[in-house]
Amino acid sequence: MSVLRIHDLKVEFPGRKSTFVAVHGVTLEVEAGKILGVVGESGAGKSTVGNAVIGLLQEPGRIGEGEVFLHGQRIDNLPDKQKRLLRGRRIGMIFQDPLTSLDPLQTIESQLTETIRIHLKLSASEASARAIELLDAVGIPDPDIRIKQYPHQFSGGMRQRVVIALALCAEPEVVIADEPTTALDVSIQAQILELMKKLCADRNVSMVVITHDMGVIADITDHVAVMYRGKLVEYGETDQVLGRPQHPYTQSLISAVPRPDIRVERFPMVDYIEEAGTPTKHIDIATHWLGKARAYDKPEGALVKIRDLSMRFVTRASIVPSKRRFLDAVKNVSFDIHEGETFGLVGESGSGKSTIARLITGLFHPTGGSIDFAGTELTSLTDRRQVLAMRRQMQMIFQDPYSSLNARMRVRSIIAEPIKFHRLAASNTEVRQIVDDLLDHVGLGIAAGDKFPHEFSGGQRQRISIARALATRPRFLICDEPTSALDVSIQAQILNLLKDLQEELGLTMLFISHDLAVIRQMCNRIGVMRHGELCEVADCDALFDNPQHPYTKQLLELMPSMELLSRANLQESGPTGAPPAP
Amino acid sequence: MSNVSTDKTETAAAGMLARMVDSDIFHSFLKSKVTVIAAIGTAVLFLLAFFAPLIAPHDPFDLATISILDARVPPMWMEYADPRFVLGTDDQGRDLLSGIFYGMRISLIVGFCSVIAAAILGITLGLVAGYMGGRVDAVIMRIADIQLTFPAILIALLIDGAARGIFGALDREVFSFYILIFSLALSFWVQYARTVRGSTMVEKNKEYVQAARVIGIPAIIIMVRHILPNVTGPVLVIATINLALAIVTEATLSFLGVGMPPTQPSLGTLIAIGNDFLYSGEWWIAIFPGLALALLVLNVNLLGDWLRDALNPKLR
Repeated sequence: MSVLRIHDLKVEFPGRKSTFVAVHGVTLEVEAGKILGVVGESGAGKSTVGNAVIGLLQEPGRIGEGEVFLHGQRIDNLPDKQKRLLRGRRIGMIFQDPLTSLDPLQTIESQLTETIRIHLKLSASEASARAIELLDAVGIPDPDIRIKQYPHQFSGGMRQRVVIALALCAEPEVVIADEPTTALDVSIQAQILELMKKLCADRNVSMVVITHDMGVIADITDHVAVMYRGKLVEYGETDQVLGRPQHPYTQSLISAVPRPDIRVERFPMVDYIEEAGTPTKHIDIATHWLGKARAYDKPEGALVKIRDLSMRFVTRASIVPSKRRFLDAVKNVSFDIHEGETFGLVGESGSGKSTIARLITGLFHPTGGSIDFAGTELTSLTDRRQVLAMRRQMQMIFQDPYSSLNARMRVRSIIAEPIKFHRLAASNTEVRQIVDDLLDHVGLGIAAGDKFPHEFSGGQRQRISIARALATRPRFLICDEPTSALDVSIQAQILNLLKDLQEELGLTMLFISHDLAVIRQMCNRIGVMRHGELCEVADCDALFDNPQHPYTKQLLELMPSMELLSRANLQESGPTGAPPAP
Repeated sequence: MSNVSTDKTETAAAGMLARMVDSDIFHSFLKSKVTVIAAIGTAVLFLLAFFAPLIAPHDPFDLATISILDARVPPMWMEYADPRFVLGTDDQGRDLLSGIFYGMRISLIVGFCSVIAAAILGITLGLVAGYMGGRVDAVIMRIADIQLTFPAILIALLIDGAARGIFGALDREVFSFYILIFSLALSFWVQYARTVRGSTMVEKNKEYVQAARVIGIPAIIIMVRHILPNVTGPVLVIATINLALAIVTEATLSFLGVGMPPTQPSLGTLIAIGNDFLYSGEWWIAIFPGLALALLVLNVNLLGDWLRDALNPKLR
């Protein structure tokens, strides 16, 4: 008998002009002690399903049709007061961001005991004892001491453990976890997933895990439901759905997931993504503006030589030197990037990888060390003309597609700005022609030029960013987590585009990511960073097959296994050690 | 060929209008009845002020038509009234209704000019402070803090006094207008500077600004072309609310005798003139300009309040 049963659920959001149906005809079941995964890309309606079950739909959303049953009792039409008693008591919740889902002004104890005493008839001391027991169960060391502390005294992973304890306070029958590990680093994600799995088994709690991450699904769920645009496209046992996907959407979604264990030449083009534009006309790079002025002098040795690079930020300024506090974001890092290769930097948040990108592009000034680009020492450049010449040769693609484009400028002026600024074209007509070609080449179409950035989706915006970066005709491109804000199928497209461009233009790339699987698809050589230090630099295959540094080994072990996932459509590429011939 | 292009601009304009009518802001405007009334009220008052020379029954500046014999005539519904003067006349025999139209005109001109001057000063300093940070920021913002310790009226009085000291017996009728705008601008710029500085500090860390820096674009162009258009939303709200404040402050100054001279009466000047006669029973000389001032300020303020709420995503 199923614990939670959703039957033919339809959720709608009435708007000023029309009613938006976010979820349509979804039927799901969760059995006791089992984990159901709901997977889909942004806008699929997966979070809305979770919110509808716990009765926390955002205004003006409402359940249009369908029923929700908990142990056979219908709960979707209960009055608000009874719904409130249900939440926390019989249905627990885990939210995405552990930084905001705890009250910063209350101790962990008062938050836990408050919830316990609302739902269970316990005295204060009994509730307190239960809270300590729960913290112990979710793996928080010294629970009797830590329970007196405030949320800010816990790390992100520990906070998420507290949130899980909070969800389990009143021994609920079902826990709904909405992207429980998305805000966490890989190593912490693995621990939290392990914990969730264990708790479900030990306490016979059912769980609904809502996520966009196929790795999480493969790791912990028993059943999985794949959602696309508010509809359920595939539903079944996890290894069946992931291993032998039936629906074309599931197939394309799975083939777009980057794998840590194999490197593919290109991600198979998936026809389920409508925004995938293809260039309408072929541009012959050799004769086109984009390909001109590429006859750079061949540098002696590597194109970029970084030696003993250090960056120290002042976190607390003071007149008294002993009271100053610093953060060493980058500590004595040295590596080379050769012409034509893609160098990957991988590491968890706060490891200093983005700082290195900003040091190379000159957004930050290093506190020590040197950056040599094509024989020119960048840190000692003072002549403005020389600085500009260097800036033109290296460009950067940023992480957040929503803030990296000026919302008040049309796409055409955004892309034309670097061309005009560096006077790379003779006339305005030529600039216009180049911008049109660029837009076409990154798969957006010429019509995109007259629009504003907000009219585009995240993936399309990232294409605009790429077009802007190419507009100075750079030889060195830095990609700082270019796909981490994107859905997996869009990510596959952007990665394909970057690979194409690199081959056509012979670009040298520095590719920064926290995601080892993505790094494996893109890079020839990889540097692993931790706490501002470079642990290991190795060829891509060597790093994955035979990691040397203990931290690299740990990172690789903690990666969610993708072995369950179907490998249909994937074409493995050859060895990746040597950079492609220019 | 030219036909085609005009067609294009016309359809573009029509499209923009359609988008505006369809937008959420316009929708929230229509939903708030108070705002609609305030907008209509503001529009009527602005039109009256703007077309004063065409609408007003008399020209209060034309000495030939003013007769001291008509002085202090009561409004038309009272005894001894003169049908030529709907709201009565002041102590020099000027028609009050016309005086109010013209006075509103002067009040609005002073208000707009000082708001624009204050906005230009404040936005520039705020942008520079927010973008440069460090010492530049510290110096500008400390000046702003010091500025805030003086009430606007005190600053205006100081400047007026100083200007008179410097220019001596210069033609007051010409200079008082500029002195007024200058002193109002100087007392209102701090708000703009603080708001713009705050938004600039947020914007400058966004990736589009970093992208512009990576391209190599110099700071001044980044500030003007990239950051400025992204921080104007709050400025618009402050400007609307400040317009009402500037009109009131101008009226206060004129009432105190340091604003517009009696020969070019603003609403404040009219009230000041009427004040002398309030206790001798000629109440209308002060009350009607006072009512006009209150209406004008109330309407503009209501519009400003709505604009602040409509542009604030947190309140939606």
